[in-house]
Amino acid sequence: MHASEPTVEMIIEGKLWREMGLKDSEFEMIASSLGRSPNWTELGMFAVLWSEHCAYKHSRKLLKTLPTRGERVLVGPGENAGVVDIGDGLGVAFKLESHNHPSAVEPYQGAATGAGGIVRDVLAMGARPIALLDPLRFGEPTNPRVKYLFGGVVAGLAGYGNCIGVPTVGGEVVFDDCYADNPLCNAMCVGLIRKEDIKRGVAAGVGNSVMLVGHSTGRDGIHGATFASEGLSDDTEDKRPNVQAGDPFVEKLLIEACLEMMATGSVVGIQDMGAAGITSSCAETAARAGTGIEIDLSLVPLREAGMTPYEIMLSESQERMLVILEKGREEEVSAICRKWGLPCVVIGRVTDDGLFRVRHGGRVAAEVPAALLAQNAPLYDPAWAEPDYFRKVSSFDASGIPVPEDVQGAFEAVLTSPNIACKRWVYRQYDHMVQTNTVMPPGADAAVVRVRNDGKCGPEKGIALKTDGNGRYCYLDPVRGGAIAVAETARNVACAGARPLAITNCLNFGNPEKPEVFWQFKGVIEGMRNACETLGTPVTGGNVSFYNESRDRAIYPTPIIGIVGVIDDISKILTQGFKSEGDHVIVLGDTLDELGGSEYLKVVHGVVSGRPPAIDLDREKALIETLLEANAAGLLQSAHDVSEGGLAVALAECCFDARPGARGADILLRWDGRIDSLLFSESQSRAVVTVKPSAEGEFLEICEARRVPCSIIGRVARSRLRVSVQGINAQGAGIQGTGAQGSARPVIDCDATELEKSWREVIPCLMS
Amino acid sequence: MRFGVVVFPGSNCEDDAYYAIRDGLSQPVDYVWHENRDISAYDCIILPGGFPHGDYLRAGAIARFSPVMGAVREFAARGGLVLGICNGFQVLLESGLLPGATLKNDSLQFRCMYVHLRVENTRSPFTMGLAPGQVMRIPIAHGEGNYYADEETIRELEDGGRVLFRYCDSEGKITAEANPNGSLGNIAGICNERGNVAGMMPHPERAYQAVLGSSDGLGILNSIVSFLGGR
Repeated sequence: MHASEPTVEMIIEGKLWREMGLKDSEFEMIASSLGRSPNWTELGMFAVLWSEHCAYKHSRKLLKTLPTRGERVLVGPGENAGVVDIGDGLGVAFKLESHNHPSAVEPYQGAATGAGGIVRDVLAMGARPIALLDPLRFGEPTNPRVKYLFGGVVAGLAGYGNCIGVPTVGGEVVFDDCYADNPLCNAMCVGLIRKEDIKRGVAAGVGNSVMLVGHSTGRDGIHGATFASEGLSDDTEDKRPNVQAGDPFVEKLLIEACLEMMATGSVVGIQDMGAAGITSSCAETAARAGTGIEIDLSLVPLREAGMTPYEIMLSESQERMLVILEKGREEEVSAICRKWGLPCVVIGRVTDDGLFRVRHGGRVAAEVPAALLAQNAPLYDPAWAEPDYFRKVSSFDASGIPVPEDVQGAFEAVLTSPNIACKRWVYRQYDHMVQTNTVMPPGADAAVVRVRNDGKCGPEKGIALKTDGNGRYCYLDPVRGGAIAVAETARNVACAGARPLAITNCLNFGNPEKPEVFWQFKGVIEGMRNACETLGTPVTGGNVSFYNESRDRAIYPTPIIGIVGVIDDISKILTQGFKSEGDHVIVLGDTLDELGGSEYLKVVHGVVSGRPPAIDLDREKALIETLLEANAAGLLQSAHDVSEGGLAVALAECCFDARPGARGADILLRWDGRIDSLLFSESQSRAVVTVKPSAEGEFLEICEARRVPCSIIGRVARSRLRVSVQGINAQGAGIQGTGAQGSARPVIDCDATELEKSWREVIPCLMS
Repeated sequence: MRFGVVVFPGSNCEDDAYYAIRDGLSQPVDYVWHENRDISAYDCIILPGGFPHGDYLRAGAIARFSPVMGAVREFAARGGLVLGICNGFQVLLESGLLPGATLKNDSLQFRCMYVHLRVENTRSPFTMGLAPGQVMRIPIAHGEGNYYADEETIRELEDGGRVLFRYCDSEGKITAEANPNGSLGNIAGICNERGNVAGMMPHPERAYQAVLGSSDGLGILNSIVSFLGGR
């Protein structure tokens, strides 16, 4: 007991658990399970591990309804990261996590340590990290505070990822005022591993050594997880000391040393020290293995003298790993750490009594059942209620929205909206090429990372990666939005020619104790579940970030999906850019009159309302299979997903990414309704593909067999993007008659290079 | 002929260099740990990119004290070929094996992108296989690549033909827009007086295969092979 710490009596008297975010009922549960009141250190340990951030108290019951099994799933939820089988004895470990609250307070370090944490999760599976993706959400980028957060978060992710030599190959950035005070900084890490080398976070084998590897422990980040489990407020700035500071150099050493250690075969279990570092890693590894752990804090290397057990147990100092070692092999592992200049010390051992016993020299500072701490937090069934806004937005009628006179002007406005505009300003700050496997760099539908074919003949495989999630859709209709988030990532991966295998997710929401927020959460999970089941992409893990709200205003419900796909031969990767003049341009899927929730409605009319586009998951599945089959048969020249901004934006992007001499298209669309719906509707399950005229017949047969609607809408041209529209009663089919039919009305006609320039300059101009 | 790729604790492009030499050049190559003092087995030493000791102070400032750098200095004095890429270039600058310094990029941001380089000198072992004025597409990835030296040094480099590469546009024109970091004279790579030690910010080892976006970097690596083969 330290003189300055409250006694058990003081805890009870002052109900001090409340300051740590525990409910009275939770404190009572702890006390009755222990058969006594917890001391100050124990209370701190429970407060963190029973926080929403660690215990998923409000979400776990619903998360359990997501499909998690599949023939490709090697490791599902519950471990440090999921692992999916990509064949040839290889697995891909991947996980997506949030670092929203820290990034709102201290953008550079908040984001940097977010990247660091997710990398260690993947490392803990035994995998070498091979890619990072960073899905980000900010307020409108005209706001100076938002610019500061945006710039800081990107710089922090770059500073960390670039130093550790893991390429940042993807992610997205979306701007919306709802994220002004609550930016979202999610990070996904992907690692490669041989199946037989997969590690678990288990403290198995009584008598085995418990080793702390990596940075010394300081007073940084104490109660970070508790901070992440409440809303932001005006005094959030005071939480700056809750944010940890990252040291990417030590992370790099940790990656190399841990991989080398694991290769010796002496590592029984390994776990990242994330939230509540020593507390969570020890309790979780012991609970998973059904064992106990005893450690002595006087052995922990500290950054400053006089740290109390409470501080040591709750410290979130970065770049630390817990390693459970076979007894007797400590020296072998220490030698590896010495080589890398990395501190490592045995701080305890695995026991058989199920207790997590924390000594501090001669004294027992804490002694609680590991499973109680790590697994037995109460689970809640929060109340839910349809929010008032939902009825209003659902009954929105777009027919009251005027069709713009200047269609081309509207098109340019949508194309240069910060959400659609080129994000090169972001990804050129990330080293996206290190490791020399990035065969599809950022800016495409999905990134593709090559799997090196060391010493083996034959084609090289690629891992296709994508993150996505449209918060606006989820706000307007959580079920549809949740399904679309999954469907769109799967479609993106298929547009690269890769088969979607499995997903991870990070679910960013407001306060789940508010019935309206929980209604959103419940709907999103339902949509995700439907999509994962139909598309055959199980969930291998995820993370929930609640309490993304401030001043009583929550963010849009924003599930971010991270998907992994595989392509067996990287020479068959599909890209979105047009390839040669004269190729036929085909739209797969139906364009419907669905302006609700579109970027166009927001940008051109200032309206966020309506129902987001409908999604028919069977059709989505058929589209994906069509793309894969046609690509395998070598029939496709290019493929690009149609999403935010609609068909017009998709066509423009195909021009921007095109080969020289194929930077335009002559398009004729037949349509009997509003032209803005035709061009900007975000109807789902669509893609723009091009085929050589000679391959068209065979391709159309595949579409027909899979019942995917397809229409030939034009040809790839040299340099101009021209879109004309003709009423549905026009005669003839195909595009041959374009010139002869006077009724076709040109609505877009511009030089693709100039268009690209304005699309590229948006973000740099905002940030200069 | 044997290549050695030095590995400092925080190097992160050592594998890239290794694979480019093994798979792109089909030449024998080993990793050389930075505590190694004997590099006599090698004909060419590559100092790869990365953050050798975190480089929070200044890129390469601590790496110059690594034991291997003493050996590299002697190796260079005997005429051995040394190529520093990105951070490896910065280590050569800090070690005094090449003159000048690299400052923070004028944008104050890290830049990872393809750039165009114009070949300025084809007499060095690193460029002898290239054509004068040839334009290559090679990526950069750095936060501190803004090459700087005093006027006299720049004059010596220019007069001595020791500027190997300059940033240029796709047609080979040396313009301010084509300069990604603010380097004086658009300088992207230089060599020492003797020509056996070279450093460059761009990454030729990242451009060794068309599937990566360019194989132009092989031209530089192949020059080394031709030079060593003809020696």
